[in-house]
Amino acid sequence: MGEKAFEPWNDPNEKPLIQFQNVTKRFGDFTAIDDQSFDIYAQEFFALLGPSGCGKTTLMRMLAGFETPTEGTILLGGQDIAPIPPNKRAVNMMFQSYALFPHLNIWENIAFGLKRDGMAKADIDTRVDEMLKLTRLEQFAKRKPHQCSGGQRQRVALARSLAKAPKLLLLDEPLGALDAKLRQDTQFELMDIQEKTGTTFVIVTHDQEEAMTVASRVAVMDHGRIIQADTPAEIYEAPRSVYVADFIGDVTIISGTATPQGDGYDIAFAEGQPTLHAKTDHSFSNGQACHLAIRPEKVAISADKPEGVANAVQGKILDIAYLGNLSTYHVELPNGQIIKSQTANTRRLSQRPFTWEDDVWLSWTNTAGVLLEG
Amino acid sequence: MMLRRATLILVPYLWLLALFLVPFLIVLKISLSDTELSIPPYTPTLDFSAGWQGFKDFLSELDFENFQFLAEDDLYWKAYLSSLKIAVIATFLTLLVGYPIAYGMANAPNHWRPTLMLLIILPFWTSFLIRVYSWMGILSNEGYLNQLLMSMGLISEPLIILNTNIAVYIGIVYTYLPFMILPIYSALERLDASLLEAAEDLGCSRFTAFWLVTIPLSKNGIIAGCFLVFIPTLGEFVIPSLLGGSKTLMIGKVLWEEFFNNRDWPVASAVAVILLLILIVPIVLFQRNEQKQREAEG
Repeated sequence: MGEKAFEPWNDPNEKPLIQFQNVTKRFGDFTAIDDQSFDIYAQEFFALLGPSGCGKTTLMRMLAGFETPTEGTILLGGQDIAPIPPNKRAVNMMFQSYALFPHLNIWENIAFGLKRDGMAKADIDTRVDEMLKLTRLEQFAKRKPHQCSGGQRQRVALARSLAKAPKLLLLDEPLGALDAKLRQDTQFELMDIQEKTGTTFVIVTHDQEEAMTVASRVAVMDHGRIIQADTPAEIYEAPRSVYVADFIGDVTIISGTATPQGDGYDIAFAEGQPTLHAKTDHSFSNGQACHLAIRPEKVAISADKPEGVANAVQGKILDIAYLGNLSTYHVELPNGQIIKSQTANTRRLSQRPFTWEDDVWLSWTNTAGVLLEG
Repeated sequence: MMLRRATLILVPYLWLLALFLVPFLIVLKISLSDTELSIPPYTPTLDFSAGWQGFKDFLSELDFENFQFLAEDDLYWKAYLSSLKIAVIATFLTLLVGYPIAYGMANAPNHWRPTLMLLIILPFWTSFLIRVYSWMGILSNEGYLNQLLMSMGLISEPLIILNTNIAVYIGIVYTYLPFMILPIYSALERLDASLLEAAEDLGCSRFTAFWLVTIPLSKNGIIAGCFLVFIPTLGEFVIPSLLGGSKTLMIGKVLWEEFFNNRDWPVASAVAVILLLILIVPIVLFQRNEQKQREAEG
């Protein structure tokens, strides 16, 4: 420890590498990006996360130069990049399909960009060897792309886009074509390479786990807007909207009305149910509609009524999702509200304490949930 | 299992035997015979009633005289060379015209492509002969082209195009253009657009991206198209006969004249056999290109 945390976005003296200023992009009647302003800092690993069609790829293609903003400006190192064509930008892109040149071998693929810069032959050799070593591809240099596995092709694409030492590397769903196991290994490899090279990475993905793992900050997007851009922990623990809470991870959303009570709020959500209690920095007016978002792992499940807890409700087990290491219980309250509770399976399955149709108590502290506006 | 495989292999071989090898052997036999004023106009003919002895007599009368004659008379090798030259130039011209058309088709909006494809294939619905004849009407001294150019005041004297090699080139490019366009189009259509974006992203201008990515990746289409034009052009007879002049020397025309004007079937057959031997080289190269492409894709 002792190392200073990397969070340039909290430092007012830090100059952003990329600035989006009121950027709008329209394709005909369709607004792909809707008046967005945000900053990305040098050496960040910035993830654009969202469902397909949310505009994340359009944002990336504008950075690469394949699309130009309809309105607004994009600054790279303080300079407007709109008039600079893609082949003149200090930005490289790793394509979702990898876009490796099938008629060139791995070595020639990596050297492709360097040759266009008119680099000396010896320097190209050194640089390509360096890239091959970085991506552990030394023994595949003479192979053609179609003779390589998916994981190897992915690394070739990465090596090729890093070869020119861009200020900014764009990665379009870089791990989408890999199977789950390989994807996990590659995520860590990607972080490692990002750290080694000190390049700023912007990654586009629809896989939240991937975004959470690799990124220093995650921007959750929907309908051409960035809903929230924060560190993975902030996004998960302190989502600022129901959309973000619901999009990232598993969550139970309970809708009700808030009443100020002590240093928090009472939430009435159904007739005949006890009111819930939650603390928040946010202020709600008396009787304002609100949503309480609770992560399943923060809800404890027990057979008897727990004592001395802020929130306790009783219900019946409707469903059990067994995930191996974890079990998620779907508990239905008498009013039909379903609350999820997740526990670690520290004992063997045969000794599971609860089963379907059991009456159980759920409990959580008053800081476990996040209170969001309706 | 074995029987089924054997049948599967046998069918194409029987096909080849019946439609290629048997006619070829007949032509080869005629090329080794002597000309004679009779029906058929050559000798010897195989006399089946004479049995084994008849077959031996028949074989002993065959010789390579006609091939010797072809080597001695410079008309023939000049005709072969001239055909080669015309075929090479015409193939190159067809490529120059065909590539941009194929490129335009491959980059046209999706809903246009079937229409464009139809336009390329449409001429095949009319007789080849009629289409070549109509070029005579366009290219002759009083033809539509000269009338148009003169009415526009671009020329005062009609251009002499018909009955020259230029007319032959125009005819060949026109006739064989679809054979060049279709394989190139199919190669370009499969080209992944993100490859060009990747090339641009790595520092290529539009033109260098075309030169370094599009051209190499359509290479197989170019090669296939060139062979599909070159091979039939080498033995082309109708176009040089109708559009070419007396100076246009092509082996197809010589072949026709030997068969039908001189009625010298043995010499004509010898010309055909040599033409086939010359064509084997590009045909084998073409097959190897196709096979290499299949392997690269598979």
